[in-house]
Amino acid sequence: MNQAPAPALTAPARARRLPERIDAYPTHQISGFAVRAGHPLPFGATLVPGGINFSVYSNHATDMTLVLFRRGEPQPFAELPFPPSFRTGGVYAMTVFGLDAEACEYGYRADGPYRPRDGHRFDPGRILLDPYARLISGAHQCGIARSARDRYPYRAQVPRDDFDWEDDQPLNLPSCDLVIYELHVRGFTRHPSSGVSCPGTYAALIEKIPYLRELGINCVELMPVFEYDELDNPRSDPVTGRRLYNYWGYNPLGFFAPKASYAATGRYGLQVDEFKNMVKKLHKAGIEVLLDVVFNHTAEGDERGPAISFRSLDNATYYMLTTNGQYHNFSGTGNTLNCNHPVVRGFVLDCLRYWAAQFHIDGFRFDLAAILGRAPDGSVLANPPLLESLAHDPVLRDCKLIAEAWDAAGLYQVGKFPDYGRWSEWNGRYRDGVRRFLKGDLGTVAELATRLAGSADLYGRRGPAATINFVTAHDGFTLRDLVSYNHKHNEANGEGNRDGENANLSWNCGHEGPTDDPQIRALRDRQTRNALLILLSSQGIPMLLAGDEAGRTQHGNNNAYCHDGPLTWLDWNLVRQNADLHRFARLAIAFRRAHPVLRHGPPARSGQPDSALPATSWHGVRAWKPDWAPHSRLLAVMRHARDGTTHDCVYLAANSHWEEHSLELPALPDGLAWHLFAHTAAQPPREINEPGREPPLDNQTQVRIGPRSVLVLAARPPQQSPEEEPCRIVR
Amino acid sequence: MQLERHMDGDVTVIALAGSLDSATAPDLREYFEQLVPGRSAVLLDLGRMSCLSSAGLRVLLVICRQAERNGARLTLAGVPAEVRAIMAATGFLEFFAVAETVAAGVQALAA
Repeated sequence: MNQAPAPALTAPARARRLPERIDAYPTHQISGFAVRAGHPLPFGATLVPGGINFSVYSNHATDMTLVLFRRGEPQPFAELPFPPSFRTGGVYAMTVFGLDAEACEYGYRADGPYRPRDGHRFDPGRILLDPYARLISGAHQCGIARSARDRYPYRAQVPRDDFDWEDDQPLNLPSCDLVIYELHVRGFTRHPSSGVSCPGTYAALIEKIPYLRELGINCVELMPVFEYDELDNPRSDPVTGRRLYNYWGYNPLGFFAPKASYAATGRYGLQVDEFKNMVKKLHKAGIEVLLDVVFNHTAEGDERGPAISFRSLDNATYYMLTTNGQYHNFSGTGNTLNCNHPVVRGFVLDCLRYWAAQFHIDGFRFDLAAILGRAPDGSVLANPPLLESLAHDPVLRDCKLIAEAWDAAGLYQVGKFPDYGRWSEWNGRYRDGVRRFLKGDLGTVAELATRLAGSADLYGRRGPAATINFVTAHDGFTLRDLVSYNHKHNEANGEGNRDGENANLSWNCGHEGPTDDPQIRALRDRQTRNALLILLSSQGIPMLLAGDEAGRTQHGNNNAYCHDGPLTWLDWNLVRQNADLHRFARLAIAFRRAHPVLRHGPPARSGQPDSALPATSWHGVRAWKPDWAPHSRLLAVMRHARDGTTHDCVYLAANSHWEEHSLELPALPDGLAWHLFAHTAAQPPREINEPGREPPLDNQTQVRIGPRSVLVLAARPPQQSPEEEPCRIVR
Repeated sequence: MQLERHMDGDVTVIALAGSLDSATAPDLREYFEQLVPGRSAVLLDLGRMSCLSSAGLRVLLVICRQAERNGARLTLAGVPAEVRAIMAATGFLEFFAVAETVAAGVQALAA
């Protein structure tokens, strides 16, 4: 039998003119539009040949209507009810032909029961935002009130998802090598001193990549970038009378949509492209992008809040409700997203897959992640299906997953978050332990040791990559304020200073707030450096708060979520004014990069039998004799690793005592000598040296550590370099 | 959108006026497919462009890539500041050869 000739693998040019699909034509007319039954998947609105496919689901709705607007117009120009034949289960899908995606906006009306006691709050009078909206218009300027008469202020549009990524991929950097930098997209460049062309935008962040690279940052964690409502704060500053905002953005209303007002091109609806370009450029510079994502609540608040999307689309599914239909409030914001409901779980997964696949995001930090382990009734699950799904999802396999392992209702899971071998955690106990030691509390040396060594008490099984170490984050004092204030000063937040954390474990060094006292100022400078040096020398993943390297202050406000102004914007003049501090941070990061033993070192208990030195050893005023007594304020740790004949050995001593001490140094193997990397007691710029160019200590057996100071030494072969003068410790 | 075409030496100069958006982008693409010969030098004068949308950005890139595949060279000239800012913020700008003026673009293409 003759075989038919194999078809050519490439279609002839003529064939490309053939219709691509056999369903690209309408079958019905609805409200004057040519339509056909749509594709239920994917959810959301998608460009298809000849039109747009709309798919929305609700398990409790009885009817659904697609509402179309001409871009920017207050009244809809068409309403298209979904006929029963366009419904598959609880999914309503319709392809509308001949629509220009750029010229139209869409929403839905959902009809169904209004029985709040049963959890149902349908209201067909409202036009609802598609939960899967990927492009949201109507809010492209920060803090500008939308018309009160606008019945549908946030409007979904259909973006084009094609983008020329060239060869970009998520970077997949080893977790232990990361230095995370937490920043607010707007606040990072909004200040007039930023010197960028479009302040406060995704595009502006690109202009600051050289700054990040020079500092040594290889990972940025962006505070919320999903579309949110910054206007939902009803308060005003009691002194100035100025209105307050929800500036941080932990208030999402469009989980698939990059915030339009953070885009220089938001008014043209190009925020998706601008965001992707930002990620691409950061990747090109070797910088990963983590998103701070908020899946614990939405901007709809409790029963008094607006119905923007979820509430009137399927309230009983999306929110955790009490038995009489009231909102559980584990988030402290009025409602709680019902994350372990199978439908919402799918929604969260779809969302993260979208960001990972379409935006090349490297990982996610989950706000109040403990909530993601609660069942629909609020109880705590031993094996939360959402967390398990995220841990094992193939699209997310290489994404970093970081939990803020607590919630606003008292669930604190630091060290015991259900991790499935995948999740890391914001280590709140690292923050607290280091702060206590720094302020000079007694009985903190043993805990400091544990925190320096990767918090094996919490993460011994999972290793140091599980701990995100930090001393400061957006939530709380900046580092400068941590050493300048004993108490929070949140009066400007309009809540009588009742909001914000009271237990800050901070110390003002002798005066509350700004002072001209040179001794206090010097001590604050030293304490700032102590914190940075401990953080960047600890095992685990360090996270810096943007601006801490330049001494940014919020004047004691430890909950500045509501201020969109100079209080929260990074003043770039500080980088120049505090150039010594900036240099210190840069060199401390460089030192971490130069010494793998600080990043990958084995856990404290395992030794290296082939080596003269243990992997981790503890010391005090006497070598090999750490003082674990409750009154002790001094601890030294030596990390050592050997690769063939190469040693990587770092000694760190931390002294929270107000007196100086003389330290006996552990003896080094032949051919190695102690070199001084940093001693925070010294006057800048002598308090730190370039990694690899540290001067050798003139006395290899004893070294002095100043009061309330941190000292770091590196062991390496002595080099006969003319510029390496032996170093006496100077104060 | 209006398109006008003339030759400046060996360089085909196409002047675009008006809005390049989803309504007009297909026209520009068709125009290029029909009127731009392979292995030629083409200057697209955007000096009178009033608006550039998402679809407009994409069609510019598509015709640029198409021209490259055909052995033609494409340069943009007279890009209005606002349009240039959009193209820069979205990363599209770097895919194009851009000249400040039509004359400079013609000169560069003729060289």
